[in-house]
Amino acid sequence: MPPGEPLLRPDWVVNNLDVIGERLAEHLGMTATAVGVGFVISFVLALLIRRRRALHATVVGAAGILYAIPSLALFAFLIPFSGISFVTAEIALVSYTLLILVRNILLGLDSVPSDVLEAADGMGYTSRQRLWRVELPIALPIIVAGLRIATVTTIGLVTVTSLIGQGGLGYLIVVAGINAFFPTAIYVGALLSVALAVAADALLLAVQRRLTPWSAARGETS
Amino acid sequence: MTTAAPDDRSTVAARGQPTDTPASTTGAVVELDHVTKRYGPPGTPPAVNELSLTIPAGEICVLVGPSGCGKTTTMKMINRLVEPTSGRLTIDGRDVMQLSPVDLRRQIGYVIQQVGLFPHMTVGDNTGVVPRLLRWPEARIRERVEELLDLVGLEAAAYRDRYPSELSGGERQRVGVARALAADPPVMLMDEPFGAVDPIRRDRLQNEFLRLQSRVRKTIVFVTHDVDEAIKMADRIAILQRGGILAQYDTPDAILSHPANEFVERFVGADRGLKRLSLARVRDLELIRPVLVRAGTDRTDARRELQASAIGFALLVDDGGRPLGWIRDTDVDEQGPIDPEQATPGASLIEPETTLRDALSTMLASSVQLGAVVDQNERVVGLISVDQISEVLQSGNLPGSTDATG
Ligand SMILES: Nc1ncnc2c1ncn2[C@@H]1O[C@H](COP(=O)(O)OP(=O)(O)OP(=O)(O)O)[C@@H](O)[C@H]1O
Ligand SMILES: [Mg+2]
Repeated sequence: MPPGEPLLRPDWVVNNLDVIGERLAEHLGMTATAVGVGFVISFVLALLIRRRRALHATVVGAAGILYAIPSLALFAFLIPFSGISFVTAEIALVSYTLLILVRNILLGLDSVPSDVLEAADGMGYTSRQRLWRVELPIALPIIVAGLRIATVTTIGLVTVTSLIGQGGLGYLIVVAGINAFFPTAIYVGALLSVALAVAADALLLAVQRRLTPWSAARGETS
Repeated sequence: MTTAAPDDRSTVAARGQPTDTPASTTGAVVELDHVTKRYGPPGTPPAVNELSLTIPAGEICVLVGPSGCGKTTTMKMINRLVEPTSGRLTIDGRDVMQLSPVDLRRQIGYVIQQVGLFPHMTVGDNTGVVPRLLRWPEARIRERVEELLDLVGLEAAAYRDRYPSELSGGERQRVGVARALAADPPVMLMDEPFGAVDPIRRDRLQNEFLRLQSRVRKTIVFVTHDVDEAIKMADRIAILQRGGILAQYDTPDAILSHPANEFVERFVGADRGLKRLSLARVRDLELIRPVLVRAGTDRTDARRELQASAIGFALLVDDGGRPLGWIRDTDVDEQGPIDPEQATPGASLIEPETTLRDALSTMLASSVQLGAVVDQNERVVGLISVDQISEVLQSGNLPGSTDATG
């Protein structure tokens, strides 16, 4: 760090609002893509596991291993296939969401009381109708809880992808901040990343509350 | 006014007869023909064994028996939640195994033991589930939901938008019943539908349900392990023994008066004579003409009336004919108007619909072994005595039960 450099230079922030905004948008886009794709894959996996319980150990085990691989190693492993690219970054980010999402979708579906399932069958729901109209709505709070954890985790991980030329707010932290010995950029990147995580978490919670008024009703009376 | 009208009964046997209700609300015949269910491989003891039952259209058949005797299994084979190992089940002659399970279930109302309301749906949406599956137009569903909530005694405006978690246990069970009735199914399966409520509320729900059934006339398979509930609700009772063996299938009266074997005898209890009294109602008895004395009457007049009557008690009534208490001749020795304070309280109110068993308990609890029978305005219409009921017990002939075995 050059001597005399202040920790925070407001004028830099003001002059670079467009760059900061761009990186924020990029960060948001990478997170949404990763969580969105991760959710679709996890949903399909969870449904497969439900149909064949034997797959449970294999799928959750594999997702656990993916989750445990350090991100740097994962990038190194992927670069020969997909280069230093957005795709490489997203593959890594998506893999990290799978464990949390698969587990929470399964937990959510398993949380549906057996008497409710029996009632649904007894009323004459087809198995598809039962899934979409009974099981998933009831599982929603637990599924959204998983989405919240996955989203917050991903928002943190996106910064690391700056190592392969992506990174959203991570660009501010690593390239503009650490590499250039410029603390202001580090603070701005880190603060915005945290704020984004908090906001995304609150937003998802608000959406879930809106979608499941019945679970609030339960909370009030019990 | 002192004679009961034996023909306007709506008890047991009379309920089963087809009436002028529209065809859409009349039940279907349910028939089980040598039905066996084994959950394990061949050779394991069956949960239901060679069970044959014919449930006439519009009747309530109560399955009763000790825990694990196969009641739920039997019921679930009717809507194919459980598939029989062997044997045939038909509804109005159609083999259930030939129907698609989904279509079959949409035509059978199902009340499960633990209620099983959908927690994420409002009371209104829970009730409208089957009509929605059957793709009724929304306006018709809304109308039907309102009608059903009304039918089960829940005011639609107050309950329609609540969630199950905001209801009491009894209210949930009513919603469960409304949901099962929604598409007007000819057959209803009810697995201990009132099991989760306290005895007083259960009694009310039972009465409401019987009133409802007298209007809708479904074919109902009703599971309970409470003998009293079985006697009260049933047109016919099927008593199952462990291993899903049918011990007896008959009307409550026949089961109580002629238990088929020792198991049935033990199961219905040593007090089956008393229990049988629940099958007849006060209106089936010949009422005794009461001596009525209005409050404020002169004692001399009252004394004269009392002496002219064979019963030792007069009933003091208010201006509306409502009973205030009993007066005996020693209370009217002197002169002057009768003071209501003198009356012996405990002129317990008995209604024509009260069962003989309940009437007997009421009378035994009071110091005077008579009961004042009142109409819906609480006006006295006649008296009954403990002696009348003992006579029924001793003779074994229930009043007005000539067609009970039909
Ligand atoms: N899905 C199942 N798999 C294996 N055995 C079962 C299954 N369901 C029931 N059984 C067995 O079949 C027998 C009859 O069970 P069922 O549930 O029909 O009894 P029940 O008369 O309804 O009892 P309860 O009064 O306790 O509800 C029991 O021995 C039970 O353990
Ligand atoms: Mg059972």
